[in-house]
Amino acid sequence: MDPKDKDLNIVVVDASPLRAAILEEGLRDAGFTRVSLISDMQALARQLYAADPDVILIDLENPSRDVLEQMFQVSRAVRRPIAMFVDRSDSSMIQASVDAGVSAYIVDGLSRKRIRPILEMTISRFNAFATLQRELDEAKSALAERKVIDRAKGILMKRRQVGEDEAYAMLRQAAMNQNRKLIDVARSIVTAADLLG
Amino acid sequence: MITSSMPRPKSRRSPFFRRSRLTVRCGFIPLVDCALPVIARKQGFARAEGLDLVLERDVSWANIRDKVNLGHLDCAHMLAAMPIAATLGIAQVRVPVIAPLALGFNGNAITVSRNLFARMAAMGPVRDGDPAAMAAALARVIADMRAAGDEPLTFGMVFPFSCHNYELRYWLAAGGIDPDRDIRLVVIPPPLIVDSLRAGHIQGFCVGEPWNSLAVEAGLGRIVATKSQIWRLSPEKVLGLRAEWADAHADILAALIRALDRAAVWASDASNHESLARILAEDRYVGAPATMIARILAGDLSLDADGTHVALPDYILFRRAGNSLPSRAQALWLYSQMVRWGQIEPSPQAEALVAQVFRPDLAAPAPPAALPAAAQGASREPVPLLFDGRVFDPKDIAGYLAGFDIGHGGSTPSSQGA
Repeated sequence: MDPKDKDLNIVVVDASPLRAAILEEGLRDAGFTRVSLISDMQALARQLYAADPDVILIDLENPSRDVLEQMFQVSRAVRRPIAMFVDRSDSSMIQASVDAGVSAYIVDGLSRKRIRPILEMTISRFNAFATLQRELDEAKSALAERKVIDRAKGILMKRRQVGEDEAYAMLRQAAMNQNRKLIDVARSIVTAADLLG
Repeated sequence: MITSSMPRPKSRRSPFFRRSRLTVRCGFIPLVDCALPVIARKQGFARAEGLDLVLERDVSWANIRDKVNLGHLDCAHMLAAMPIAATLGIAQVRVPVIAPLALGFNGNAITVSRNLFARMAAMGPVRDGDPAAMAAALARVIADMRAAGDEPLTFGMVFPFSCHNYELRYWLAAGGIDPDRDIRLVVIPPPLIVDSLRAGHIQGFCVGEPWNSLAVEAGLGRIVATKSQIWRLSPEKVLGLRAEWADAHADILAALIRALDRAAVWASDASNHESLARILAEDRYVGAPATMIARILAGDLSLDADGTHVALPDYILFRRAGNSLPSRAQALWLYSQMVRWGQIEPSPQAEALVAQVFRPDLAAPAPPAALPAAAQGASREPVPLLFDGRVFDPKDIAGYLAGFDIGHGGSTPSSQGA
């Protein structure tokens, strides 16, 4: 990295503090020293003018992205107009960033070569966060399903006076006979038990 | 292979049936005027045309623009000025985008805080339905504040390339307020606009529904002017798609236009408004109370929380004069405002490009063979007429702009251009 690139003033706008922290860490590890976060979307424009960044990174689920569009306009409020990081020569990069769910804005005149490592880091951290999030969601839903199945087994064991293994076999058989998922059968049993008392 | 022992497909959306339909992905922003794509899907108009119209809700106009550019979306509910800005490449990659159909006419309003309205009313006459009088009232407050050395007012709008921006500026300037000197204009996403008014970050805004009505209902805002009064029967949202996609998929586009046209007929029938309001109220579409949306559709408008009420039958429309076509003159008027406010330097090349953006010819029924299509189209095109009675001449944009005291008019080299 060119030593002067370490001083690029980077602002991360992200309503998810966790993802912002992951990205900030990545950028610092890569040697960028001036990284700051904005997570409060009220008066975003004012905060950005005060921060006067060279590079702005913003997640695409953020409705406040449209606020940044205003900064393209030349006006007294904007000392250094911002441009979107879009360039026909870099369409694969744009594609990758939209797929990852992030967009980048840079100060007009800043060379696209200098921002490239920043954007690459951002895309990889966003993708890593999405993977983490997905794994977390899957773990959460697996845990929730486990709980429902355990309750359904408990209901069967009590009502039908059977052991745990047998209760599970009953659930599985019912699921196969009805061409339904085991978890769906378990949910029906729990719902029915709740209703019938 | 399907055999008798296999379960029957549970729904028509199963892969087996879907294969025979063409998928068209349409992006939208949760606003009342996203109705036509939603209805084209929900009422089966798209399916009847052999289309699987997939609706993708998004959170920002910038996302909509980028996803259409990249081909993640085939088409989208766009602000009417967006295809023009994209085609001219103003502050973005130049991508020719066309709009064959309007998805909504009118439908915006300007709302101010209750405090600001009280000041306006205290300093002179305010008349509902008279945008000029309202703007003059605001100008008196601003003059008074300037004399007292107060900070300028801040108004919100939703995107630099939007009817909201241009109508708000037009209205302010008509009252003698220079939108670049006498007031601050900021972009605020609609979901944050009511909170911004509550927090005092802004004192007024121009936005589509349901956000004006939500601000009124919350007891925070007072509607002072509507788009139906400022620029009558004007397109607010359009169906936007890349010109390249439209050329490569002419048949799909024709089918899509037919489906949306049927949706427009359906949505314009007052007897369907209750169903329409119920559908739009769902969280996956607009996510606002159905009763409020029904009142908006009916033009039964509460201007404040104290019971000031007006009936504006054309507050929001899905068709006008029997169709949903945007006109070339309307596109050129939007372009004239981009020039007026310094977003682009005027040029004959830009003007020629803009004249190709709104494509009513793609959606209009074929004209009688005896008449050349262009001549007939031109004679039927409505000329933009604004509340101050000035007539827009699409053939003399420079002359039109020279008639205004406020605005850059292309004479100030302050625009960053393309």
